[in-house]
Amino acid sequence: MIELQLLLLFMIVGAIIAVEARDLLSSVVAVGAVGLGLSLAFLVLKAPDLAITQLVVEILCLIILIRATINRDLPLIKDGRWHFNTISTLVFIVVFLGLAYLSLKDLPVFGQPLLRVAANYLSEGLSKTGAANLVSSVILDFRAYDTLGEATVLFTAVMGVLAVMRKTGRIKD
Amino acid sequence: MPNKQINTKQTGMTLIVKTITRLTVGLILLYGIYIVLHGHLTPGGGFPGGVIVALSFIHLMLAFGKETALNRLNQMRASFFESLGAILFLGIALLGFLGGYFFVNFINKGEAFNLFSAGIIPLCNIAICFKVGAGLFLIFVALVVLSNQEEK
Repeated sequence: MIELQLLLLFMIVGAIIAVEARDLLSSVVAVGAVGLGLSLAFLVLKAPDLAITQLVVEILCLIILIRATINRDLPLIKDGRWHFNTISTLVFIVVFLGLAYLSLKDLPVFGQPLLRVAANYLSEGLSKTGAANLVSSVILDFRAYDTLGEATVLFTAVMGVLAVMRKTGRIKD
Repeated sequence: MPNKQINTKQTGMTLIVKTITRLTVGLILLYGIYIVLHGHLTPGGGFPGGVIVALSFIHLMLAFGKETALNRLNQMRASFFESLGAILFLGIALLGFLGGYFFVNFINKGEAFNLFSAGIIPLCNIAICFKVGAGLFLIFVALVVLSNQEEK
């Protein structure tokens, strides 16, 4: 699992660069590097479906973000309550890490889940649905209600974006 | 910044990019359709395949400008395909009442590892591909093209 830890380190470094970079475009490129690292991490953990989805969605988000930020200049605010912000951020990081240590200590070992329903899907998925890809048989047969909800969420998101960004019916000011 | 002209005039990029795009955009579209149709056999499925189909149209729009891509798939047609995907998915789910209950796999499952197998799962993949591809293309058009028009 050393390659997974190297990937996580790479993603943390990319996230820090994305926060600290002066140029907005550099931040967007660093966010894209973090997404690529996440896709590789899925591939290391043997989840190619998630890796493909993460890769293509990351490319789409990167294109939209680059087109949105390519000639904008957001002013960087430096003055203000620098000490207060830094100290409060550090306090929250320490609190979050402590709580995460306490709660993640009791998680089951990787690969040995507590719920037994997944093992049932693994053994009976091919014979019950006839789909060779087990992920597809789970999301479209065993858990099809979740996919219906996800499709509804996407439909609502598209309708919301089109309603906010529309041209017709907008009052000119 | 040399990219400034691209972003404001929406006329597309240079000749090199246009030539490469003419070669690759069909392959990207075909790869998306392959990912969708083989979603029940190999990794992939409706969602990533639909995103790849949307990316091929976005590729066309980035390289050739707004008009070329919107001639192929304008907003009315994209919104029609998005609604068609949603209603196909819901219709397949409702047709499950023929076999008993909501979302039942009522078509014959066939032999595993064949292209025509697994009952309703490939049909659901195709419906989700329509929905996701047209929907994400519409979001891109709305966020990038329409917002740039208003600033002018």
